[in-house]
Amino acid sequence: MENSRRNFLKTAGYTVLGVGAGSVLIGMVPRLTDAAPVDAGPPRYKSRPEALAASRWGMVIDTRKINSRINRNIQQACHKVHNVPDFVGKLGAKNHEIKWIWPTKFKNAFLDQDHQFVSDHLKRTEIPVLCNHCNNPPCVRVCPTRATFKRERDGLVLMDYHRCIGCRFCMAGCPYGARSFNYRDPREALDEIQPNFTLRMKGVVEKCNFCAERLARGEAPACVEASNGALIFGDLEDPGSDIRKLLAEKYAITRKAELGTLPSVFYII
Amino acid sequence: MYDKGKIVTGLVIFFVILAFPFWYNRGASSPAPELELTDKAKQAEKCIEETAFMTKEHMQLLNQWRDAVARDGYRIYVSEDGDEYVASLTDTCMDCHSNKADFCDRCHDYVSVSPYCWDCHTYPEENN
Repeated sequence: MENSRRNFLKTAGYTVLGVGAGSVLIGMVPRLTDAAPVDAGPPRYKSRPEALAASRWGMVIDTRKINSRINRNIQQACHKVHNVPDFVGKLGAKNHEIKWIWPTKFKNAFLDQDHQFVSDHLKRTEIPVLCNHCNNPPCVRVCPTRATFKRERDGLVLMDYHRCIGCRFCMAGCPYGARSFNYRDPREALDEIQPNFTLRMKGVVEKCNFCAERLARGEAPACVEASNGALIFGDLEDPGSDIRKLLAEKYAITRKAELGTLPSVFYII
Repeated sequence: MYDKGKIVTGLVIFFVILAFPFWYNRGASSPAPELELTDKAKQAEKCIEETAFMTKEHMQLLNQWRDAVARDGYRIYVSEDGDEYVASLTDTCMDCHSNKADFCDRCHDYVSVSPYCWDCHTYPEENN
């Protein structure tokens, strides 16, 4: 066994070489997942031809055109089409309120923008607030089941109620209070049920879905339709879209921009 | 062998008790329920896929629909024959099979499964 050290070093050297070369070769083999195009969808499923598409949906709220009647109309329109139960009005359960879009005072929506001499219109009139469909959504980061997720295709932050376990991390994560929890069965506080949208069950969180179901049918969001031109929606990634032209022309602000959530809902003041 | 009689008697009693569910329920088993089709479903003759496939795999198909619609946003399902359907429990399935009690529940009760579809999804008698 004179050569044992020499043999050992030789074997060790070949092994290192083999492992190194092998991992390089494995890296060169194309992965199966790389082959599939990004937006083909699952096999045998597709969108309706009339569906509206965008790379990143966004909304501009022109606060100059907002008044209390428009506020009421858009909230009613939204809550009606989405079967949002009225626990406060029907049962007086103030702590169980469910809201997808709602009017709130300027000073509450924009804590950091409020000051002594804010315009009379903003002092008098409430402005609509809703889920901001953030480009960097904290609710999605904290969801343990991925029940809430950002749909990469069009940037919407959506809920998959099937998966929600009701832990409410997302409600703690959302800096805008845009999420509501179902402490009760929604059927307790619904006069009529819209058959083309689901209800929720007790124990799940819900929020605005940017009318994903209406966009898929080629319709504008319900709030935009009911807003008499005060709400404008469109593709934020398309420089030629109405919303981008409006944003290029007028100065608009977002809620709590300093948090870096990159909201997709903008306010013209 | 000591106490042969006692041991054998004990074993017999043990096995009789062990088999309790079998002899107690003997003859009590109900036949599998017949599916009742609405006139609309009868006229269509075929569901979106073959009947055998639908009977066996409808839950898997519905799970696929759920993920395709709720997560990916693809709302049209292309069947084996190339026909297109809206992937919706309420709008597509319940449109033909509007008799939930006789079509869905009867079988689900028989096999003792309680799918939670109806916690959130609506069916024809409920909407009005």
